[in-house]
Amino acid sequence: MNKYNSIVTDNQLSIKANLSYRAAFMLILKRDITIAFRHRDDIINPLLFFIIVVTLFPLGIGPESSTLSRIAPGIIWVAALLSTLLSLDRLFKSDHDDGSLEQMLLSPHPVFILVLAKIVAHWLLTGLPLIFIAPILAVLLHLNENSYGALLLTLLLGTPILSLIGAIGVALTVGIKKGGVLLSLLVLPLYIPVLIFATSAVDTAAMNLPFNGQLAIIAALFIGSLTLAPFAVASALKVSTN
Amino acid sequence: MNKPEVLSPFSLLSANGLTCIREERILFESLDLEVKTGEIVQIEGPNGVGKTSLLRILAGLSIPYDGEVNFQGVPITSTKESFHQNLLYLGHLPGVKGEMTAQENLEFNLAMHGLNTDSAEETLENVSLLGFEDALASHLSAGQHRRIALAKLWQSNAPIWILDEPFTAIDKLGIKKLEQLFIEHAQNGGCVILTTHQDLAIPETLLKKITLTYRFY
Repeated sequence: MNKYNSIVTDNQLSIKANLSYRAAFMLILKRDITIAFRHRDDIINPLLFFIIVVTLFPLGIGPESSTLSRIAPGIIWVAALLSTLLSLDRLFKSDHDDGSLEQMLLSPHPVFILVLAKIVAHWLLTGLPLIFIAPILAVLLHLNENSYGALLLTLLLGTPILSLIGAIGVALTVGIKKGGVLLSLLVLPLYIPVLIFATSAVDTAAMNLPFNGQLAIIAALFIGSLTLAPFAVASALKVSTN
Repeated sequence: MNKPEVLSPFSLLSANGLTCIREERILFESLDLEVKTGEIVQIEGPNGVGKTSLLRILAGLSIPYDGEVNFQGVPITSTKESFHQNLLYLGHLPGVKGEMTAQENLEFNLAMHGLNTDSAEETLENVSLLGFEDALASHLSAGQHRRIALAKLWQSNAPIWILDEPFTAIDKLGIKKLEQLFIEHAQNGGCVILTTHQDLAIPETLLKKITLTYRFY
């Protein structure tokens, strides 16, 4: 009759927790992607912003190919950075506003797993589309043909860093009513290393020189943020909901 | 006190010396409380007295200024996972996603707690949402949102329920059903901690009231 007499203790936990880390991760990932596809503005707006910024530069600077190809890596990367910044807000904001975030923090799963799933979903919806569109826009900017490989590789390694570091900023500012400016101030300085090494890699590739060094540094930044950011985000969320 | 169903009531959740300060105002100070199996605890008091703050501290969402909350004698900060396995918390906000249907919302909530999602549809019937299961939650009313959130109570296997104003926007019949559910839950050896301004139709033997009052200096 007394069905709660045997309350789960730590050693019984594995039996009761019939939802593994992986299942919890997939559950959140699937949910976030479903929501994003039903609320398409969130996916389209940052992408549109990226396209508009990049296409405006040739119009403003003039069609001279030598100038354009000189500044192309910078333009593409700065636009990618800003469009990520634009999309960061929805990472935790709506969950915070409707109470799902509290439920997530109180769920029986480690918060960093759930946070990582949300960040991966964010990257799949904002970072990945950029990688597909960037080469097409690079044509408009007369990017040196040697640089395409470098551009793709740096975007592939760099955009996840933007999502991961950005998530820390959003988690810290999610409880604040107008945290937009604060978010930029917190996050942009941390984006600068990625920007510097990524554009430097693309420039080096244009000169037909090896860019392994820059790529290795970006990869290191990626691994570092992938392993550490989820924990920082989890703690920041606890502070924000306190 | 000893109900025949509950073999030996033991302490599920206890707090000692809780102090909560908000905006440089002390809401409560050195508050002790103990919740045993088979108890329904109603926290009363005027608006702004700190009922929600107390529930959030008990659930581990907020950190108290002083004091600690224990789950079966162990501080909840050191048994986080096992505590969360045994806890069901419903706050002010229902945690319902407008972009998902009623059924998807419930299935997600159940799956997050490792519960079977096969009977989600029948569970929605308990909260009178049958016929709305495929409607996007953004098209439903505030009361229906709360019903989606409450639906998981029927499936929950967590002994500790902490509910902040569960009856908000719920109609009379719904409240009756919920009260019945709380009584069953308590008789099964669980406990319910809730805030509400309503008088509960729950037997005196199960119900325990804690009244918070304003502090004057």
